[in-house]
Amino acid sequence: MLSYIDKIKEISRRLLSESKVELVIGFRKGSVVMMNEPCFVRRPEDVGQLVWDGNCGINLANYLTDRKEKIGVIAKGCDSRNIVTHIIENKIRRDQVVIIGVPCQGMIDRRKVQALAESEIRQAIETEDSLRIKGDGFEKTLDKKEMLQQNCAICIHRNPVIYDELAADEVPEQSGVDRYEDVRRIEAMSADAKWDFFEDLLSTCIRCYACRNACPLCYCPTCFVDESQPQWVGKSQDPVDIRTFHFLRAYHCAGRCTDCGACERACPMGIKVRVLTKKLEKDCLELFDWEAGMTPDKRPPLDTYQANDPDEFIK
Amino acid sequence: MTFIKIDKKDWEKGLERASQRYGLFGPVRQEQYCVFKALTAGELPDMAVQNTRLSPRSVVYPQSEKMFAFSLDENQTDHHILKEIDKAYPARAVVGLRPCDARAFLLVRPNFDTPEYKDPYWVRSYESTTFVGHACSGPCSTCFCTSAGCGPFHEHGLDVLLADTEEGYLAKVLTEKGEAFMAAAGWETEADAAPDDRMAAMKAAAESKVTAKVSTDRLKEQDTTDLFEAPFWEDVGFSCINCGTCTYVCPTCWCFDIQDETRGLSGIRMRNWDSCMYSLFTLHGSGHNPRNTKTQRVRQRFMHKLKYYVDRYQNGIQCVGCGRCIQFCPVNIDIRRVCDLMNRFEVS
Repeated sequence: MLSYIDKIKEISRRLLSESKVELVIGFRKGSVVMMNEPCFVRRPEDVGQLVWDGNCGINLANYLTDRKEKIGVIAKGCDSRNIVTHIIENKIRRDQVVIIGVPCQGMIDRRKVQALAESEIRQAIETEDSLRIKGDGFEKTLDKKEMLQQNCAICIHRNPVIYDELAADEVPEQSGVDRYEDVRRIEAMSADAKWDFFEDLLSTCIRCYACRNACPLCYCPTCFVDESQPQWVGKSQDPVDIRTFHFLRAYHCAGRCTDCGACERACPMGIKVRVLTKKLEKDCLELFDWEAGMTPDKRPPLDTYQANDPDEFIK
Repeated sequence: MTFIKIDKKDWEKGLERASQRYGLFGPVRQEQYCVFKALTAGELPDMAVQNTRLSPRSVVYPQSEKMFAFSLDENQTDHHILKEIDKAYPARAVVGLRPCDARAFLLVRPNFDTPEYKDPYWVRSYESTTFVGHACSGPCSTCFCTSAGCGPFHEHGLDVLLADTEEGYLAKVLTEKGEAFMAAAGWETEADAAPDDRMAAMKAAAESKVTAKVSTDRLKEQDTTDLFEAPFWEDVGFSCINCGTCTYVCPTCWCFDIQDETRGLSGIRMRNWDSCMYSLFTLHGSGHNPRNTKTQRVRQRFMHKLKYYVDRYQNGIQCVGCGRCIQFCPVNIDIRRVCDLMNRFEVS
């Protein structure tokens, strides 16, 4: 996966010098260990700053919303599915984007890695399958596969579903993955236990809205939590308002979420907000045989009606 | 200036004694990270932590604070009248905060406490609090305090400074408030063997470990309009997702929003932290928003901290170099990089 970068640069340089796009959106090296920063490149001579490694977990579809230019964008499997969703929802036109597809083998969960270190990690060296970390008085090599974001570990669409250029050969998709073990565990709880679980899950939320803002789906001109006439949700640290925000946000993502993990990755408090969106993903799969963002040619289940839609829940 | 020696075996006992006179607050581990909270009986501050994830600003200035109560019941004679909610301000002590976080309160103070205006909540809360700081011997890679007008042994804003020693702590008592706290804890053994030299040596060693630096020397002379219109803001702001993380983890951000909430016929007026990253922050009643784009909001945050504050308060930058915004920004926007861009900017 590390070797993709040469091809990514070559494609980006070509697209820019042939004026096929006005800018390319990708990643540049971050200033913090195991972080890269989304960036744009407008001139072919600047493509050198682009990087590709296991720290490119941010979903770049989020940077396409309502842009007017012709754009080249680097897209992992999940990013590509969010681009499809953007196309379906008219947030970008297909002919506006040149998608540089990147077959993905998963992104590193830097918090998980940090938790295994004796002190602050000062250096992380990545190879195809290992991650070597160093800090004051320690140095160790970890198996990269074990250090992936949870959504990457259970990902079944690592290859881009839509692309114009491909930065490497496709990678084999993972099979036999149990995507919903955690959701089933919560489904099996009593109502009281569920309530306690969610209360505990969200107890450290500081309402910074990083989860919402990192999400390519959350592009409403005014989010429901920001409406003032009427004001639907209070703005204090009241747990009822915090829960309202998280539950409603998850519902707004039903049938649209690709489980890219941007929300959890962005949360400064490390809250596992994906359990909410995954439940809705599971429902959409079971009720409508639907996976979000797989093709621009099919309308999502929540904006279509069919006479044979399941209705067992209406009793 | 008094130096007191605190033996490891006297630490717990001293805190217990102090807790009879002070409500104690300190860093406490929650799963993978630490936050400041009120210590329960027998609970000790985690003195091993480098930096808490959230700063101790909430101890003085809570994220949500109720100010007034009112009734909408027109049968009551005092309906629709705001009544201040009585709040007690007993003596409290924050134990184990880092010098950067203590100095942050001083940077924030001119916003809440001036000869003309005094924010009664912030001022009473701040004045009732004693700050027992813990000097840093192992700064994080994101720390740049020494070039942000602060440092790992900085004393401004602290009442006592504790430095780690093999026996326990060497305490430098800096104020009368600090003396009162030490007396309440029963820590009274004066340190011998030139404690000021010992502390100075530890300070120099700690400062040399802070390798990240920013340059701020030209910020003041920069023309505000030129900086405002500098071409780098699009690049700086591109990756920003306009979440409030940087402003909420920051010890020097002070903005709040006032909200009324009612339930049935009773209501409260409260204030909640706000963030200049949110579009709602500047939305006018007319619907016009003077900072309608994310680039404008990103620029505002950096201009406020690194230019407007510098010009207005003659107190350096509105940043103590704690590095939290760098560590927790979901997209890795780095204030050190932006500060350098602003500092070295020249109109072309």
